[in-house]
Amino acid sequence: MSELFYDAAPNATRVAPARELPRQYPEKPSDIYLFGTCVVDLFFPEAGMDSIRLLEREGIRVHFPQGQSCCGQPAYTSGYRGEAKAVARAQLPLFVEDWPVVVPSGSCAGMFRHHYQDLFAEEPAMLLEAQQLAERTFELAEFLLHVCKVSFVGTQQGQADPVRVALHTSCTARREMNTHLHGRELLAQLAGVERVEHDHESECCGFGGTFSVRMPDISGAMVMDKTTALRESGAHQVVSADCGCLMNINGSLEKQNQALRGQHLASFLWQRTGGKA
Amino acid sequence: MNARNRILGKLRTSLAGTVPRPDDFDQTLVTEPWRYAPAERVSRLRQLMEAVHTEFHQTRSADWVALLAELLGARAVPDLLVSPQTEHGRLVHAYWQTRNDLPRLHAYDRPIEEWKDELFSHTAASLTGTLGAIASTGSLVVWPDRHEPRLMSLVPPLHVALVRASQIHDNLYEVMQAQRWAANMPTNALLISGPSKTADIEQILAYGAHGPKDLIVLLLEDA
Amino acid sequence: MNAQIPLNDVTDVSAGFKPRARAALADPRLRSNFRTAMDSLMTKRAAAFSDADERERLRELGNHIRARALSQLPDLLERLEANLTRNGVKVHWAETVSEANTIVLEIIQTHEARQVIKGKSMVSEEMEMNHFLGGQGIECLESDMGEYIVQLDNEKPSHIIMPAIHKNAAQVASLFEEKLGVEYTRDVDELIQIGRRTLRQKFFEADIGVSGVNFAVAETGTLLLVENEGNGRMSTSVPPVHIAVTGIEKVVENLRDTVPLLSLLTRSALGQPITTYVNMISGPRKADELDGPQEVHLVLLDNGRSQAFNDPELRQTLNCIRCGACMNHCPVYTRIGGHAYGEVYPGPIGKIITPHMVGLAKVPDHPSASSLCGACGEVCPVKIPIPDLLRRLREENVKRADPQHPVMRGEGSKYSARERLMWSGWKLMNTQPLLYRAFSFAATRLRGLRPASLGPWTEHHSAPTPAPRSLHDLAREHLEHPR
Repeated sequence: MSELFYDAAPNATRVAPARELPRQYPEKPSDIYLFGTCVVDLFFPEAGMDSIRLLEREGIRVHFPQGQSCCGQPAYTSGYRGEAKAVARAQLPLFVEDWPVVVPSGSCAGMFRHHYQDLFAEEPAMLLEAQQLAERTFELAEFLLHVCKVSFVGTQQGQADPVRVALHTSCTARREMNTHLHGRELLAQLAGVERVEHDHESECCGFGGTFSVRMPDISGAMVMDKTTALRESGAHQVVSADCGCLMNINGSLEKQNQALRGQHLASFLWQRTGGKA
Repeated sequence: MNARNRILGKLRTSLAGTVPRPDDFDQTLVTEPWRYAPAERVSRLRQLMEAVHTEFHQTRSADWVALLAELLGARAVPDLLVSPQTEHGRLVHAYWQTRNDLPRLHAYDRPIEEWKDELFSHTAASLTGTLGAIASTGSLVVWPDRHEPRLMSLVPPLHVALVRASQIHDNLYEVMQAQRWAANMPTNALLISGPSKTADIEQILAYGAHGPKDLIVLLLEDA
Repeated sequence: MNAQIPLNDVTDVSAGFKPRARAALADPRLRSNFRTAMDSLMTKRAAAFSDADERERLRELGNHIRARALSQLPDLLERLEANLTRNGVKVHWAETVSEANTIVLEIIQTHEARQVIKGKSMVSEEMEMNHFLGGQGIECLESDMGEYIVQLDNEKPSHIIMPAIHKNAAQVASLFEEKLGVEYTRDVDELIQIGRRTLRQKFFEADIGVSGVNFAVAETGTLLLVENEGNGRMSTSVPPVHIAVTGIEKVVENLRDTVPLLSLLTRSALGQPITTYVNMISGPRKADELDGPQEVHLVLLDNGRSQAFNDPELRQTLNCIRCGACMNHCPVYTRIGGHAYGEVYPGPIGKIITPHMVGLAKVPDHPSASSLCGACGEVCPVKIPIPDLLRRLREENVKRADPQHPVMRGEGSKYSARERLMWSGWKLMNTQPLLYRAFSFAATRLRGLRPASLGPWTEHHSAPTPAPRSLHDLAREHLEHPR
């Protein structure tokens, strides 16, 4: 990433960024910002609300800046850097207080945590802001587990009937945020929940943002394989912490007239631990 | 020379104002994970080489020639390419004179052009020395020379290689340092890790692709 | 994916990639050949790097060695040339594949040679050397088993390490029966022995051997080649003349640099601790030697590499050591196979290197054919940030070409005023909270009106229905009126 080379000659040969050390987590704060993401906003608002409820139950005041829209990733990954940057520039000032920013999506969190620094590499003042935002951006599951240190063990008040779930982890959660194990750990705390593995679990579901519309054949083949693997896992339902993947997986399952559906991890956790269904 | 200057010119322009990156080679990464106790060294070499179909025999200085004769006899090998100019070659010749039921010996003593057909069509086996072996990867170190040229370890279907236990190194980096490779690379230096193989059809492993179908290692434990 | 993008408004100027990909996706045998093979290669790699910490440290070292080499590339190339020349190797330079072919042809003509035998070389594939020399009446035969199979069937390799991976044994059996007139057998050992017998004769007869190079060592003037079959050794030791062809980026500074790179290469490619042969060539036969080529030539080919080199971000493309791990782990490659890409280098590495070789305009869909899942970058032994480079190429692809300061040949090949306008609208909506709110209000309140067909999306999905109320609304209500 370019932020690591600001003191080198602009045409100097790059090396890969140093390996990330395990992330150091802060104490549980009194206030946080929630960045809802545009997909959650329009298609999965209950996932955002359940995120808020889970966080509030941990005694945290949640702030939802009403000026937020999109992290800019669709334009960024489509090659429209200027447009992505403009949208990023509109999001950065929303988080004025020094509170953590929690995002119920690995890919949008990854955008904050890594790619804003690339977008603003040549604007020192903005770069500093982007770096500060990166430091305090957390993916929801990661935040619940390592900052809130939630423990659901023995506290079940909600649905308790046994259920088998398959967990789909988004590629960005896995590879940009390193949070692919957090969902597992959270699910493992729930009574009556059996997590089953599915074939090629670490493989992409085929979404990839605009990839799914630019390359519908390839993306379609990928989501067909993914949904087949999920169905064959014997799971009653699918859980994922990324609504982009969920839109892809659920849309495909619905098209195939399959009953299986995916739900956001926040909603699943909330329902299994006391929240209303 | 135009292409040369144009290419170098473009590359230099691209690098203008920059300096080479520092040399941060870390030898511990290619040595420390690949160190073995002396006894383990032999067993690892053997295990890795056997895993790729090498026939591995642990023997001693006094016994290996007889073992060689026995192994060749069991395979009904008609002839053996061996250099009379090497120490091991002289031992073979001496032993062969005591018996008359052994494969015919012949030497790689002419340029390849003079006997290419014989080498390709009528040479069943070869015996060569090695400069040692590498435990970490299960490899033989072979530097072909005048007495044991390049094709000796390549063209005959059976290659027998002699390795001294004292010359087994832990890893490639240490061999390069110990034998000072960078200062005196020969025209051809080889690492050989088993008989020739391929998995180009359906990833199914098959031995004897283009080089030797069989590789026998005779490890001299007391040498 | 942003909810506000008109899903059917994506320009498609592709000529060949998409139809080829579509055909491959519809071929169950091809799908299963690749899935099986890639699964096996992934498993082998994972087993070869059982210690994750060792693997990550080694990848970092591999990255630093390649970056150090590139950071002084012109100097190292000159040093390589000087040391090779001192060792008796003749060094040639070619900017284009046509220049490289001419150099090879001239060497062949000097020796009045008719038969060329080739070890595996992806650079010679770039050059289409077989085709070129064939046109000059010179037989140019592949000797790597996979390459040989592919050549017999008039195909191109579908994988850089396993050229015939798209075929199963039965297909090879039929091919050998048809082309070589041998009895049909599906026994892989027998098939390999047929190949061995046929090619041994060719090694014996060949006037010229051609090979690639895995690492060219500047310090010692050494060409290092790895292989399992022995055809590389045959090609470089039996014929009287050896011509090595390689890209200008393949140079490393010191002999010791090859130690970690070799380990990374063989473990990443095939999960092997090492290949059967590591063949280090530092010169032709010396006066007192009895075999080896009388002449060794090295052709250094640019073919677009200096273009990638010119941009510090894109320069990282040239770290590549051609292990193929990125394709083995790529969910797109696994599904469409190597031929769908239509170029010499398939898969993720192909998508980032090919545009420099043939121009972005010839492969306009390559940068887009990725979900940016990151699997390639995760396994790359020299840590090329492949997803970042794909994203960067998308920028070069959709921007308006800049003839004054071009970044690359064929840039702007996907420029579309209409798509740009659409993204401007997207930008406006996402930077103006009022507009955004108005849009989401409309989308949620008018959710019943959403069309059942949304272009490409609804080919494989049902149309998504917006929620009745947005998170903005629900959150405001909830947070302003706590329970």
